[in-house]
Amino acid sequence: MSFAKNLRCRECNRLYPLEPIYVCEFCFGPLEVTYDYEAMRGRVTRERIERGPLTIWRYADLLPAHADAAVDIGAGFTPLLPAPNLGRALGLRNLYLKNDCANPTWSFKDRVVSVAATKAKEFGFDTLACASTGNLANSVAAHAARAGLQALVFVPADLEQGKVVGSAIYGPTLVAVEGSYDDVNRLCSELTEKYRWAFVNINVRPYYAEGSKTLGYEVCEQLGWRAPDHCIVPMASGSLFTKIYKGIKELAWLGLIEWRRPRMSGAQALGCSPIVEAWERQSFDIRPQRPRTIAKSLAIGNPADGFYALKVMAETEGYGVAVTDDEIIEGMKLLAETEGVFAETAGGVVIAALRRLAREGRIDPDEVVVAFITGAGLKTQEAVQGALAEPLLVKPSIASFEEAFGRRRGVLPAARS
Amino acid sequence: MAKQRVKFTFPAELVQQPIIWRLGKEFNVVTNIRRADVAEDRGWVILELEGEMEEIERGIRWVQEQGVRVDPVPGDVVEG
Repeated sequence: MSFAKNLRCRECNRLYPLEPIYVCEFCFGPLEVTYDYEAMRGRVTRERIERGPLTIWRYADLLPAHADAAVDIGAGFTPLLPAPNLGRALGLRNLYLKNDCANPTWSFKDRVVSVAATKAKEFGFDTLACASTGNLANSVAAHAARAGLQALVFVPADLEQGKVVGSAIYGPTLVAVEGSYDDVNRLCSELTEKYRWAFVNINVRPYYAEGSKTLGYEVCEQLGWRAPDHCIVPMASGSLFTKIYKGIKELAWLGLIEWRRPRMSGAQALGCSPIVEAWERQSFDIRPQRPRTIAKSLAIGNPADGFYALKVMAETEGYGVAVTDDEIIEGMKLLAETEGVFAETAGGVVIAALRRLAREGRIDPDEVVVAFITGAGLKTQEAVQGALAEPLLVKPSIASFEEAFGRRRGVLPAARS
Repeated sequence: MAKQRVKFTFPAELVQQPIIWRLGKEFNVVTNIRRADVAEDRGWVILELEGEMEEIERGIRWVQEQGVRVDPVPGDVVEG
């Protein structure tokens, strides 16, 4: 069952009923779901969770939607992989990768959209909508298909055709908007006011965002019910970052883990790093930026939760790291070549940030570190094309093979004796 | 009558300008401030604009032309 109690304004603390609303009528602050933790205590146990399905819905008690009607295509409970090779390369002895490439549409967005779609059905909406250039669109289209909801996906008109295939296959109505990125933003906000649709990251955002907490729950459970010492998380709007921390804190409040405060470090691409830029100034004032980076899934120039992400970084003494596009590509290659995980550009951002922090001595070699890999690399192949070795072109003869192989590798393979 | 909730972000050189007062004066738009944070080197104001939709849009265009960034209150909603 869900123990969700209210929506609360994150600015002025006014309470609202659990409805499809997203800003405080008084101060226009964002709303967040609150829970009845007293009622949960003793009823939500490790054993109860462990008996649940191998999806985010094993944590249904801690989510704001009802599991018995969940729109569940298998999001969550993705692998937590020990990363000994990458750890050795970076001088870290307890490094883990939370591999959210393993979600149904290959990104962490399935967690948030699964909750949003479930809530949309509970509220009686018939349309699930979003504005997205990639991961979110894929997930909304897929979950809407499963839920029997109509899907409406808004994209900028200049988006490459290849980018829409991963959404179009599920049969949504795709709307290409002529205009700038800002125009799409404005149009979607206006449409939300005019039509009764469940716009996942606008009017059902308070519920949607809660889905990200499951990353925090899973990591703790998979570590044997303990919190990591240090989390390295990619930041776009900043919501994922704050919700992972909220998830870890909730488990401690419920007595399911011992409280030890993890250090929460956030990673952004230098070409769109408004949160890290504010962190470097030691300020809570976010200055919006115009994104210019290959890490498109993190390209949010005016992050809705940036202020709250900065608060978490301050509270946990975490770091902000912004990395260049070249570092992102190096990070993607390093992860793939050491651990066999092909992440999208956001994963490259995380690994490059992790490498920077390790080199600067900001991570103790024995800390339990979790790097959050939030999407799969096949979605952003163009980012690494040109940065990878070309195949060896050989004639169909051993001599040609040996000549080419020797030139590339410097030595010939050992022949059978 | 339409209503629109927006966030104005002011660069340092415009912090001392009475932009919101002029918006209400020169356009037929009611400005209703709900939250703000203004310092000497920058500032933002979250407010509701009420009026005919065309007049609100004309007013917003004018505010942008002055050099103020105008965003929807929920922030950027186009996600990757």
